[in-house]
Amino acid sequence: MFKKFTKEDIHSRSNIKSSVQRGLKSNLVQLYPQLEPAIDNLIPKKSQVVSIKCEEKIQLYCVDNEIVMFQQYNDELVPSLTTVHKYPDCFPRVQVDRGAIKFILSGANIMCPGLTSPGAKLPEENMEKDAIVTVYAEGKENALAIGKLLMSIDDIKTKNKGIGIELVHYLGDGLWNHQE
Amino acid sequence: MTELAPKSIVYCGICSWPPEYCEFGVSRARCQSWLDTNHHDLYEKIYTEDITNQTSTLSLEKQEKLNNDLAKAQHKQELKQERELQKMLNSKIVIKRIERNKRKHIISISGLEVFNLDSKKLAKTFASKFATGASVTKNADKTEEILIQGDVSDEAKEYIEKLLQDQGLNDIKVEQIDDKKKKKKDAAAAAAATTAGST
Repeated sequence: MFKKFTKEDIHSRSNIKSSVQRGLKSNLVQLYPQLEPAIDNLIPKKSQVVSIKCEEKIQLYCVDNEIVMFQQYNDELVPSLTTVHKYPDCFPRVQVDRGAIKFILSGANIMCPGLTSPGAKLPEENMEKDAIVTVYAEGKENALAIGKLLMSIDDIKTKNKGIGIELVHYLGDGLWNHQE
Repeated sequence: MTELAPKSIVYCGICSWPPEYCEFGVSRARCQSWLDTNHHDLYEKIYTEDITNQTSTLSLEKQEKLNNDLAKAQHKQELKQERELQKMLNSKIVIKRIERNKRKHIISISGLEVFNLDSKKLAKTFASKFATGASVTKNADKTEEILIQGDVSDEAKEYIEKLLQDQGLNDIKVEQIDDKKKKKKDAAAAAAATTAGST
């Protein structure tokens, strides 16, 4: 989504209303229930969230000049990688093997074999298609990407073929390099 | 409800990634030395563990190929960065003073995009700083320039130089040009010198 993303893609920025901000927070907690204890640190009550509208109906949400999350159209909110790095335990995680890191860092979608090989880890319980997951790597501590499941976790395990996760945001992409 | 405090993470000062991913980046050597000087404890942890990591689930051949590819990419990137730096050093910012009628001038600033300065934002700050109108337009070469109403070229120059210094770019030329109608070049240059002295 952010493979090519530059300042030119930004159309407008505006402060959002506090009521909208509240709604945003409750939405986020609903999506990621484990984030609840951290939400007030992530988006403090007194803070001003800035919404930045971009090309392709992407909206970024910033707090204190830091992009906290984003969404496309009216889809689910997706945390940015900096947020994931700060609160790593609050989001569902998958792990890929070492061979996949290089490709992910250049923006490739994640193929199923990279998720099922010995170095990789998938969550025990099933997750539905279209869920947002954070992607970790074998032997690494921090997340390197955020993706969207194109198959349910069970399907990835059984079919083990084709694209399993669509990459949304990764280390070194346009959004990561974008500075406020 | 207990609050969950944010985890603090050190990001690499060179490539901005968490340092454990530097090895996959394009500036590995520089990242490594940066980490060594700035966060030595992390450096030890990452780059000594590294050797054990190499013998992960991948076969050695694959590993080697991966490393080769990385090295190549790194080399390419280094060359590219050098070129970019050269380009940056060679280019300059032009502040043009254009006469609108006898006593009124507008200032046009061009050449900002090379230095990662956001024209729109800068125009806004100029507008509020000098309490005048400032706008971003595209000129004949389809590059962006800032137009400021009023004769503020010296102040603008000062401000831009300060901005460049903040970025660590000291020897960038900021050139002031006087653009007058129906006058010889020499006279214009002389006028520029005197106006620069008097304002």
